[in-house]
Amino acid sequence: MIDTKRTPFITRFLSATGRRGWVALGLFALLTLVLMPLLHLALPADNPFHVSGYVITLTGKILCYAIVAVAMDLIWGYTGILSLGHGVFFALGGYAFGMYLMRQIGRDGSYKSDLPDFMVFLDWKELPWYWSGSDSMLWTIVLVLVVPALLAFIFGFFAFRSRIKGVYFSIITQAMTYAFMLLFFRNETGFGGNNGFTDFKRILGYGITTPEMRVTLFALSAFTLMAVLVLGRYLVTSKFGRVLTAIRDAETRVMFIGYNPLGYKLFIWTLSAMLCAIAGALYVPQVGIINPSEMSPANSIEIAIWVAVGGRGTLIGPVFGAFIVNLAKSYFTVAFPEYWLFFLGALFVGVTLWLPSGVVGLWRTMMEKRLEKRGAR
Amino acid sequence: MGSMSYAALDGATVKQLAAEESEDKMAAIQKLAQVADPAAVKVLKALNEDALYVSGGRVLIVYDEKTTDAATGELLASLPEDAEGISINNRIRATLANALAGLRLFDANSQVRLVAARELQTNVDPLMAPLLLRALAKESDQKIKSLLELAHAQAVLGDGDPMVRLAAVKTLGEGSDPSIRSLLIPLTQAASEPNADVRAQAEVSLRAINSRLQVGNLVSQIFTGLSLGSILLLAALGLAITYGVMGVINMAHGELLMVGAYTTYGMQSIFRSHFPDWIDWYMVAAIPVAFFVAAIVGMIMERTVIRWLYGRALETLLATWGLSLILIQAARALFGAQNVEVSNPTWMSGGFELMSNVQLPFNRVVIIGFSLFVLALVWVLMNKTRLGMFVRAVTQNRTMAGCVGVPTARIDTLAFGLGAGIAGLGGVALSQISNVGPDMGQGYIVDSFMVVVLGGVGQLAGAVWAALGLGVATKFLEGWAGAVIAKILVLVFIIIFIQKRPQGLFALKGRFVDN
Repeated sequence: MIDTKRTPFITRFLSATGRRGWVALGLFALLTLVLMPLLHLALPADNPFHVSGYVITLTGKILCYAIVAVAMDLIWGYTGILSLGHGVFFALGGYAFGMYLMRQIGRDGSYKSDLPDFMVFLDWKELPWYWSGSDSMLWTIVLVLVVPALLAFIFGFFAFRSRIKGVYFSIITQAMTYAFMLLFFRNETGFGGNNGFTDFKRILGYGITTPEMRVTLFALSAFTLMAVLVLGRYLVTSKFGRVLTAIRDAETRVMFIGYNPLGYKLFIWTLSAMLCAIAGALYVPQVGIINPSEMSPANSIEIAIWVAVGGRGTLIGPVFGAFIVNLAKSYFTVAFPEYWLFFLGALFVGVTLWLPSGVVGLWRTMMEKRLEKRGAR
Repeated sequence: MGSMSYAALDGATVKQLAAEESEDKMAAIQKLAQVADPAAVKVLKALNEDALYVSGGRVLIVYDEKTTDAATGELLASLPEDAEGISINNRIRATLANALAGLRLFDANSQVRLVAARELQTNVDPLMAPLLLRALAKESDQKIKSLLELAHAQAVLGDGDPMVRLAAVKTLGEGSDPSIRSLLIPLTQAASEPNADVRAQAEVSLRAINSRLQVGNLVSQIFTGLSLGSILLLAALGLAITYGVMGVINMAHGELLMVGAYTTYGMQSIFRSHFPDWIDWYMVAAIPVAFFVAAIVGMIMERTVIRWLYGRALETLLATWGLSLILIQAARALFGAQNVEVSNPTWMSGGFELMSNVQLPFNRVVIIGFSLFVLALVWVLMNKTRLGMFVRAVTQNRTMAGCVGVPTARIDTLAFGLGAGIAGLGGVALSQISNVGPDMGQGYIVDSFMVVVLGGVGQLAGAVWAALGLGVATKFLEGWAGAVIAKILVLVFIIIFIQKRPQGLFALKGRFVDN
């Protein structure tokens, strides 16, 4: 055990991730921050080792999903609160960054106006008040971090204070994301209605479709994922994390011992929402569109299945889960579009019935069996 | 018709129908309408159906190769080469429709006269006034008479004589059509109405109409609210039972509604092809079938999936979501992604006129009645049968119920089947008022869960009050703030409500810390 009194915070923070973790992160960083960008930028398109723009974008997209999955795992896997509304935080982060991207289009839109195209279309003469400042990158980052967090804080405060939990909480979060979806579908809300934001041109003045920008966003997503994993490891191994696990396993007993779960739940819930928002902000420039369907209840519930497939209560599981499910989705929706829902449905049923701890759990049991065999020999 | 005399028609007026100017055509239509005899009706009808031609100054009616002279009724051997169709624009079409309706006021059938009088409630041409007076003199039916008086009053609103206008404005005060208001407003202003008495009377009439409209709006809002509430009740009753017994949320509950609706569609197809004489009663036959089909689907779900997740409520939620995806895709594979057409039986179409501006469609009235019937059924099942007693026992305390010999596992299956069956019944009702498609159930899970949350678990009374209250409140908020804001407000209200009453309106008394 590390003596928490004397060691500085940064040492404690970093040493929470063990040696094997750092090795894995190092390899991951080598792959995503060096190898893939280089293979994409430096090699010509006909080289067999060239990494195509499609692969970079798809992987970058899934990296964002992986961040969401880890955020979901913190709240579901470690604290036992199943949110069916995390899509709303993801989308709000995306919309906040999307506002900046819309402003960066400038006069290059199809109406050649200072206002975003959809506002010209609605015959609006000036930007609504909540769009003010959206042309500044700094303010946009503040919005991405603060708006979803504020929503999560207020919602969580009322929900946790009256001790709404279990399926009650899940359904209410689902209702929340549904309500937000309806709100954003309206043209009057001022976020492009049905079509949302698209046709982005540049970030900080640099073209958004250039290979360099693609790689930058990709590397940024990978780096963020790694940072989230390190932060997550620190959180779940700290005393705070222990209390979270205790809340998951027996909330009433935690209260009887003298802890008030409200603060713990509220903190992890808000943090989780913030991480989702960051992922959303990274996601939007990579896929080039954000619309209200990101807030549909089905999208949010899919996040849960990434976590479940990977393995709840482990930090690496959700990352695997996000990759497995989304790669399967990219494959199925092209190869057998009519069977994708059957597959996804079966995945929900199968994983909950037979794989309660996901592929990571499966791997662990297999390793243990092998160890036992070796020991017996 | 052919033997009738055609002498009454004025040749010049008929010729005017082929005039270049729309105004001339409209005047000719009005003149013919005043004639009010079968020959004029025939000509106007032909004009309306694009069957009127002009050739060398003669106006001809052409129906299936048969050509007759419109003015004289003489039969022609063939349609002349140079014959041109008389075209009419939308403005003329409106005048024509009014004229035809005016002529139908003299029909022998009172039902036809009633429909015609209804049509004449808007856009009445001042030229119709004499015709309406004649119809009024002949009319004996009180209801048609009052409609005609309103129409006549609209026609003479622009009359030169202030006394006529005054009488007309007074009569219009009896009406309750929103379009009359816009007719009366100019009469309240000095710029457009010189006579002070008429202005004052117009004010009075406007106020009378407004208050009548307000009452009507209120009544129809309450009615649509009750209608929505009864659908919510049907969706929530089943959910309340399964949630009460097993503490799990069945996310596929909405899809069980869909199963019920598709079963209704299937019954309709079977009746169409095998018992066409009984087609009006397919819905009655669909009720038990939908119940059992949905119940069987539900019991299969319980036996194969939900039972194995006992005690893991959140996992159950995900697994049942997976089941709902499979059911949706299965419906798409079986019936196609498009909505299927389920038609109302004839005895359910039409409506019942409560007030002159409040129509209660029969299908919604029937569905409110149907949900009351289902409610009574569930009440009897839960309170008067052994199964119901066991279900209540398991809801209250599963362990204790098991100890005194209640077969809890079997009760789970049966209760789930019951809840699913009731959802199937909800599907039958839903098929009559909304689209039947693979995604139809998706929107209902949140709403019906809200009912369960509000009403509290295991209490029928709670579910009833919550469903009807939520339905009426939603409709009122929709009228006031729009559908989206209404939805958000209801959600916010529920979150605040749970702060005060975490167990719902009607909580079961008990001494649990955890459930």
